[in-house]
Amino acid sequence: MFTYILRRLIYALPILLGVNLITFVLFFVINTPDDIARMHLGMKRVSSAAIEQWKASNGYDLPMLYDEKKEGFEALTETIFFNKSMRLFLFDFGASDEGRDISVDIGKRMWPSLAIAIPVFVLGLLVNITFALMIAFFRATYVDLIAVIGLVVLMSISSLFYIIWGQYLFGKLMHLVPISGYQEGSSAIRFVLLPVFIGIVSGIGAGSRWYRSIFLEEMGKDYVRTARAKGLNERRVLFLHVLRNALIPILTGAVVVIPLLFMGSLIMESFFGIPGLGSYTIDAINGQDFAIVRAMVFLGSLLYVLGLLLTDIAYTLVDPRIRL
Amino acid sequence: MFLPVLLKTDLLLFLLLLIVMVAALYVRRRAHLMKSWLEIVRRPMAASSLIVLIFFVAIAFLDSLHLRLAVENTAAQRQNYYSTEVVSVFDLLATSIREQTEKTYSAPFALHLFVKETIEDNKGGSERGYPRLQYGGRHLETIADRPLDVMQRLGVAFIKAFAIGFFLLIVFLGCQARRQRTSITASWQYSFSAASIVPWKTVMVTLAVFLLLLMCTLELAPYYHILGTDKVGNDVFYQAMKSIRTALLIGTLTTLIMLPFAVFTGLTAGYLRGRIDDLIQYLYTTLSSVPGVLLIASSVLLLQVYIEGHPEAFQSDAERADLRLLFLCIILGITSWTGLCRLLRGETMKLSSVDFVQAATAFGVRPLRILLRHLLPNVMHIVLITVVLDFSGLVLAEAVLSYVGVGVDPSMHSWGNMINSARLEMSREPMVWWSLFAAFLFMFVLVLAANLFSDVVRDVFDPRRRR
Repeated sequence: MFTYILRRLIYALPILLGVNLITFVLFFVINTPDDIARMHLGMKRVSSAAIEQWKASNGYDLPMLYDEKKEGFEALTETIFFNKSMRLFLFDFGASDEGRDISVDIGKRMWPSLAIAIPVFVLGLLVNITFALMIAFFRATYVDLIAVIGLVVLMSISSLFYIIWGQYLFGKLMHLVPISGYQEGSSAIRFVLLPVFIGIVSGIGAGSRWYRSIFLEEMGKDYVRTARAKGLNERRVLFLHVLRNALIPILTGAVVVIPLLFMGSLIMESFFGIPGLGSYTIDAINGQDFAIVRAMVFLGSLLYVLGLLLTDIAYTLVDPRIRL
Repeated sequence: MFLPVLLKTDLLLFLLLLIVMVAALYVRRRAHLMKSWLEIVRRPMAASSLIVLIFFVAIAFLDSLHLRLAVENTAAQRQNYYSTEVVSVFDLLATSIREQTEKTYSAPFALHLFVKETIEDNKGGSERGYPRLQYGGRHLETIADRPLDVMQRLGVAFIKAFAIGFFLLIVFLGCQARRQRTSITASWQYSFSAASIVPWKTVMVTLAVFLLLLMCTLELAPYYHILGTDKVGNDVFYQAMKSIRTALLIGTLTTLIMLPFAVFTGLTAGYLRGRIDDLIQYLYTTLSSVPGVLLIASSVLLLQVYIEGHPEAFQSDAERADLRLLFLCIILGITSWTGLCRLLRGETMKLSSVDFVQAATAFGVRPLRILLRHLLPNVMHIVLITVVLDFSGLVLAEAVLSYVGVGVDPSMHSWGNMINSARLEMSREPMVWWSLFAAFLFMFVLVLAANLFSDVVRDVFDPRRRR
């Protein structure tokens, strides 16, 4: 087990290196640091001296990949690629283009993101499984047909609609919760309630339908027929046998997103004014702060790779037939 | 008279339509494929959503025939001059709604502006009030005339729709009767019975609803702003219709662009294995581990830097917006090919060990031929299912991306842009709801039709689902 995890982590290195290369090419080769500097200083009539100064103060004045003037190791380390991209491996995200420390910002903004993402994930999973199980119980009846059409309708609605409508209904008309904003501490719950609710509702369509198909696939298997032949009633078969077996693909499929919960949700956070990592990213995109976007790309890929690893481990934990 | 303009995305859309037509001919000649498609059309749900989709495609097609109108020339001028504004055939058809712009917001069917202004009366005095609209309902004296007027126009629309519908029905039944060599009444009975292969009843009902809606809009749109106007007074209904093209392009071009690449890499990785497989696997794992939105965001940001840095490369605003749309499709394609590639790789690996491929290998058929003749046709169902499944997701993604600010060009009509600009008016009292409503309604209809259709396609073509 331990060696397996270690091996997987080593496999992850080339992938992260690849991600780093992609971002490097995107941010430094296609668009040179000169372009970025010009954009930050205002597009037109920027003197080359001002550009040089901006580059020097933000550390973009080094050579790209290889410095032929330096000797030995320094030829590789005193470059933009090493300073800006490789440092990410040490979780040294450096400073944003505005001069703020990205690591500190991430550490602070992680918590509001989690305050929304974790309840949405856990409650959403429960709600979806419950719905799917109920629909599976009524399979091949009109209830099933109507429910499936209802789910397709739900998943055809834009997520933006759920948010805007929810804000209008609960925030503006009924005054139940504040429309947007966030506070630290225990009063956060008032601000978190609506985003969590909307996050769950907007996920019901796709989620329940997906789980329903997993349940139905499971119900066609031999052990279900055996259970029925044994004389068990339908409820026992469904809740005891099918549910437990169907949880294997459901849970392992859900595990992959757990690390990504840290990243928060882009639109949700910016609509509700929650100072999490999602809105951090959006602000960086709108403010064209490439240093933050780069850091978030790396962090996101790292968490995704971690999620894949967790999925494999989860398989061995819930399904004793699989050994690593 | 006019100068045709061929934007890059137009070209690709026409290419796509051509491919669909060739594919349709191909399917017609092959009984086993025809059988599956007939099975799809036989389902009422699929038939009616297919009609909705065809309607959307027709609008998008009309909106893709771009041209530049000639500026009126005097006889002395030898040379023709063309307007710098690029318009489409759809624009020309909807000229009346396009050009009837008001000052600012107005509600659907309103006669007055939504915002109070100082109105000067004839005597030189002035008062605060809601001024009359320039175009919307200008043929009416007072607001009290409106219900009667609208009812009258709707009545006319109903009668017209009924007449046209009846005529088309007769023509249709006549054709059916000729083809089957029966009487019209017999073809009526057959077409609407359960025995008919195509569920004509559903098709007819859907078409009738469309005809009715079309007639009502044609009657009402020239006289009212049926979905209101936006901040600068443009007709919201017109905007929503224009956005259809953007949505369809994003939904289809993205797949068109990534498809050849995904199929090629998926098949070669699955068939050749070894080093190539490792390389392709590494490639798609790396790409799929980058969060999609961030990759799209950073690429679009970089394109923006390029566009701002090279203003001389574009002749018109339409061209610039078009390039951005195309680029967005390419980026979305890059982020979405990984899923299809993985599926194809797995399926190809499974197929490679099946008898008929082994036999072909034993006969000394070259790898390329095996890939094209033996493996490709057998994975096509996966490609088809992925294409129709991806479509609705891409349409929804466009709205989100435009909201984030990395979607299509702000000057381009799209539902995302409509939502984005209407969002700021949410806090207004009373709320300006019609822009949001129009965008969400159109998007919902398109996505729902696509989802229902893709469900049936998957049901029919996925061997695992076959019962």
